[in-house]
Amino acid sequence: MSNNLIVSPTALGFAVVLVVIALAINLKEKIGLERDMIVGVIRAVIQLTVVGYVLTYIIRVDRVWLTALMVAIIIFNAAQNAKKRANGIPHAFPISLLAIGTATLLTIVLLVVAGAVKFTPSQIVPISGMISSNVMVAIGLAYRSMNTSFHDQRQGVLERLALGANLKQASAHIVQMAIRTGMSPTIDSAKTVGIVSLPGMMSGLIFAGVDPTKAIMYQIMVTFMLMAATSIGSVIACYLTYARFYNSDMQLR
Amino acid sequence: MTAIFEIHSLGYQPESRPILADINLDIETGSNLTIVGPSGSGKSTLLRLLATLLTPTSGEILFEGKPQSALQKPQFRQQVSYCFQQPTLFGETVQDNLQFPFEIRGKAFDQELAEQSLTEVDLAKEMLTQPITELSGGEKQRVALIRNLMFTPKVLLLDEISAGLDADTKAVVHRLIEQYRAKGVTVLSVTHDETEIAAADQLITIRDGRLEANHE
Repeated sequence: MSNNLIVSPTALGFAVVLVVIALAINLKEKIGLERDMIVGVIRAVIQLTVVGYVLTYIIRVDRVWLTALMVAIIIFNAAQNAKKRANGIPHAFPISLLAIGTATLLTIVLLVVAGAVKFTPSQIVPISGMISSNVMVAIGLAYRSMNTSFHDQRQGVLERLALGANLKQASAHIVQMAIRTGMSPTIDSAKTVGIVSLPGMMSGLIFAGVDPTKAIMYQIMVTFMLMAATSIGSVIACYLTYARFYNSDMQLR
Repeated sequence: MTAIFEIHSLGYQPESRPILADINLDIETGSNLTIVGPSGSGKSTLLRLLATLLTPTSGEILFEGKPQSALQKPQFRQQVSYCFQQPTLFGETVQDNLQFPFEIRGKAFDQELAEQSLTEVDLAKEMLTQPITELSGGEKQRVALIRNLMFTPKVLLLDEISAGLDADTKAVVHRLIEQYRAKGVTVLSVTHDETEIAAADQLITIRDGRLEANHE
């Protein structure tokens, strides 16, 4: 089965033509992304090569502590990236770490307890990556939404404070909006899964020769798990973040 | 009469230029104080400091004898109600706005009281369900005002609330404020309006961030 799955280095070399097409369009239309595209391609090649060897090693030695370390590294990197999208919100890194960590670990524990996945590196590591990256995107969007709302709706927040609202009451509408924004990609993709996209997990299994009816079971599990994880992550991140927009005298910063 | 506010050498200087400096003033409970002065002299800043929407950079303000810094801000702001010159209504309907004062006090919405409050400012009860986007400027200001007054505050801070309103709306607003004054609410207003200045019990002038004269 695995024999038909090997993409030879020569084949990959030819696939570079695809990047060249993208670059050519970019240059002709003066989009100005050529630098980012080249950096992106080079990073993808290096990062994936490294992770390929690292995963091979982790799966071969199969130690709990090593698997846990890999999960921790994934969560840490995701938090670092989410922090970049927070655009100056104080303490964004610890908040992101807590949100992504809790969402990822809680979801994994539930999946392991339910017997949906086994605690082996070949299952835990990819699943952690999937969850963390989705939570990272969700809270990144939530941060952006909060930054925009606190800026655009400044007067409304001031009025609520002046009426005697506490910070939670003055921010409730903004927090709700941010959670909604953070979760919307997950919900949208849950709605279109199967009719528009055949997502990565399921496609991978079908590629590997697994019966599509079995592959969808995994995809359904992934859909459930991402919904849980992005909602847990967004709620934690938003509830820990809104107060950062105020000073200790309950005034807007 | 006791002072509801005691202002001691109050200053506000967020950057290099002071906006208010060395303000000393006692405000009696139940008084009607009007603050006048040129634009940019610091009048609104004084009201915002009293409302705890800004924090003094020097001096202090006592409310009922206690330093403002020691008070719970939400409870204090519910009693000392600050009204904006150009208020923003929030949510979607008039009801969303009138419900908010109940929500923040953990109380169930009293529709009858809300409708009655609307009629007190010459607005129809049916307006409760109206989308806020359909209201005129004068209607918005009246809704905002009853949002502040639904639960009678101890102090009302009015920041040029009648500026830009038509004569009819102004009259309604003046009548409403007079009603609350009669109930013993202390009213502090910043205004450029001649009739409001003429009706003031006590007038103070702020010029270049300093208290200029205290006309009794």
